[in-house]
Amino acid sequence: MTATRPTEDVPTDSLLSPPDDTGRFGEFGGRFVPESLVPACQALEAEFVEAWGDSAFRSDLSKILTEYAGRPSMLTECHNLGAELGIRLILKREDLNHTGSHKINNVLGQALLAKRMGRTRLVAETGAGQHGVATATAAALMGMDCKVYMGAVDVERQALNVFRMKLLGAEVEAVESGSRTLKDAVNEAMRDWVATVGHTHYCLGSVMGPHPYPWMVRQFHLVIGEEANAQSQDLLGSLPDVVVACVGGGSNAIGIFSGFVDTESRLIGVEPAGGAAVSRGAPGVVHGMRSYLMQDEVGQVEEAQSISAGLDYPGVGPEHSYLASIGRAEYPTVTDAEVVEAFQLLSRTEGIIPALESAHALAWIKREAPHMQGQSLLMNLSGRGDKDVDQMMDILG
Amino acid sequence: MERLERELRTKRDAGRKLLVPYITGGYPGWQAAIRAAAANGADAVEIGIPFSDPVMDGPVIQQASQFALEHGTTPAAVLDEVPRLDVEIPLAVMTYYNLVHHAGPPRFAADLRRAGISAAILPDLPLEESGPWCSAADAEGIETVMLVAPTTPDDRLPRLVERSTGFVYSVGLLGVTGERSSLAETAIALAARIKAITDKPVLVGVGVSNAEQAYQATRVADGVIQGASVVRRLMDGGADAVGDYVAEVRAAIDAD
Ligand SMILES: Cc1ncc(COP(=O)(O)O)c(C=O)c1O
Repeated sequence: MTATRPTEDVPTDSLLSPPDDTGRFGEFGGRFVPESLVPACQALEAEFVEAWGDSAFRSDLSKILTEYAGRPSMLTECHNLGAELGIRLILKREDLNHTGSHKINNVLGQALLAKRMGRTRLVAETGAGQHGVATATAAALMGMDCKVYMGAVDVERQALNVFRMKLLGAEVEAVESGSRTLKDAVNEAMRDWVATVGHTHYCLGSVMGPHPYPWMVRQFHLVIGEEANAQSQDLLGSLPDVVVACVGGGSNAIGIFSGFVDTESRLIGVEPAGGAAVSRGAPGVVHGMRSYLMQDEVGQVEEAQSISAGLDYPGVGPEHSYLASIGRAEYPTVTDAEVVEAFQLLSRTEGIIPALESAHALAWIKREAPHMQGQSLLMNLSGRGDKDVDQMMDILG
Repeated sequence: MERLERELRTKRDAGRKLLVPYITGGYPGWQAAIRAAAANGADAVEIGIPFSDPVMDGPVIQQASQFALEHGTTPAAVLDEVPRLDVEIPLAVMTYYNLVHHAGPPRFAADLRRAGISAAILPDLPLEESGPWCSAADAEGIETVMLVAPTTPDDRLPRLVERSTGFVYSVGLLGVTGERSSLAETAIALAARIKAITDKPVLVGVGVSNAEQAYQATRVADGVIQGASVVRRLMDGGADAVGDYVAEVRAAIDAD
C-alpha cells in the first residue's frame, strides 16, 4: 500500500479535490493574514505543491512514517464493547503512532518541507500538547530549533506533555492572554511567525489557518483514511456503515474521512458541547481562515469551554465547514460528562485508555448506539490517554 | 480623492511631516485622548475598535483592547461616540476583519460613514481577500489604507500601493505592534521603496516608539503612526500624558 495518495489521482468529482485558487473549499477557507505573512504563505504553497509532486519527497516521507512513526497503524475490533453496545466497533489505532497521536503524520510532513525550504526553526501552537510533542520530536530528529506556545490553562492540565516537550529540547511558552487556551496559543504562534518569518516555519497542528495549511495538513493525514479504507475492507469485507472522529480543528477527522468521503459511509465529526463551531457557530474569519466560528452578536470570538485541551477551540477547519454545509458530514456534540464516562468505558472494557479528545467520538457512539444496532462503526482513536491521567485523577477523585 | 488623503497630501506638500497616533477605542479616557492628540499636533487619529484576537498587536495594545472588551466596548459603542469627539482632523478606524465580516462589509462601511470616519485599516485583510470590503468601502466613500510589509516583494508592491487610499501604511518591522529600543533598519528601507513608486502619503507604523525614532522615520517617510507608545501613555497617565507625548513627537518631527 502506498502511504499517500497523489492529488493528481483524485477524480475531479471527488470531494477530496484540492481547494480552489483562493484556498477555498466552497465558501470556506481563504488566506486572511497580515501582509507580512502573505509572501510566506505563497512560498509555502508553491513549495508544498512541488514537494507533493516530487517522488523523492514522497518516498522520504513514506519511509520516515514507516520507520520512525510506526505506520501503518492497525485496526482493533472492540469485541467486548461492541457486544455491549450491539454494534461492530473498530478502532483505527493512531494512538499507537510514535508520540501517541495522529499529529505526527502532519508534523513529519511539515518538518521535511521546512527543511527543504531551508528553515532552521519550527514554531507551533498546542492544546493538549500532542502537537507540541510531535513538533518537538521532529525538531529533535531533524536538528531544528523549536518553540511551542501553549495556553497557561493547558500547561497546567497537560503538565506531562509540557515536560515531554522540554525533554525533547523545545522551549515552551505559557500564553496568558485571552482564554489562555488553544485559540490564544494560535494567536501567539502567529505573532511569533510574523516576527521570524525569514528563518522560521510555522508548523500548524490542524487543518486550519490560512491557505495552504488546511489543504496541506489534510494531505499529510490522507494516510489515515487510505489505510483505514483498505484495512476495514479486509476486516469487515465491506466499508463501515459509519466513520466517527473527534473534531478540534479537524485534522484526525479529515484524515479518516478522506478514505470514505467518496463512499456511502456516514461521516460523523464529534465536537465538544463547549466548542461546537459547526452547530453553535456562524461563518467568521479568524486565524487566517473563513470558517464556522463561535462568536458573539458583533463578531468577537467566544471562548470555548471543554474538558479536553485539544478540542477547546471555538473554530473548525474550513473543509469541515464545507462538508457540513453540503450535508456530507454531520457534526454532533457531546458533553464533558459523557466524555468522562466514555474515557472510563474504553479503559475498562477494552484495556485501552483513550485521549480525552478521542473519547468524544466514543461518547457519541455510546449515546447513539441504540439507533445503530448491528451496524459497523469505524472510530479514529486519535491518541492515547496517558497525558490525561493526572486530570482524570482530579476529576474522578 | 477623499478627505484623509486630500488633507494628508495638502499638508505633506506644504512641507509638514505627518503624525497619526493610535488610540484604543473604549479604553477609559479614549475620547479625551483623541481630543488631546488633535490639539497637540496630530494630523489624523487611528481609532482601534477592539477585537478579541488581535494578531498584529503586541502586549500593550492587546491589554488595552482586552480591558475595553471586558468593560463592554462594542463597535457600535465606539462609533456612536465619534460624532461627539468634535475634532477637526480626519479619523480612521483600525480593526480586524471579522468585525467587518460579521456585520457585512456594506453595513460596516455605511456605519463608518454615518459616524464620520474617513478610512479603515484592516491588518488581517490582505489584498487578495479585500474585494468585498473594498467595493463596499469605495461605494460609501471610505478610504482603505493598505499595509505594505518588509517582506512584500517588488512585483507585489505596486499593486498594494495602487489599491491603497488615504495613505500607504509602511510596516516598520517584521513583528507586531509594541515599543522597540531602536528603529528597525527595515523601516527606512521599506519607506524608501514605497516613496520611489508613489506620490501617495507614506506613513511608517509598527515599531516607531518615541520622538527620536519618529524623527528618523520621517527623514524618509511622509509621516508616522504611533500606537503602543501612545496607548501606554493613555493607560499610565490618561489623556494629558497623550497630549504631552504628541506635542513632543510633533516638535521632534518638525525640527530640521
Ligand atoms: C489525541 C488528539 N486528538 C484530537 C485532537 C484534536 O485535533 P484535530 O481536530 O486536529 O484532530 C488533538 C489535539 O490536540 C489530540 O491531541
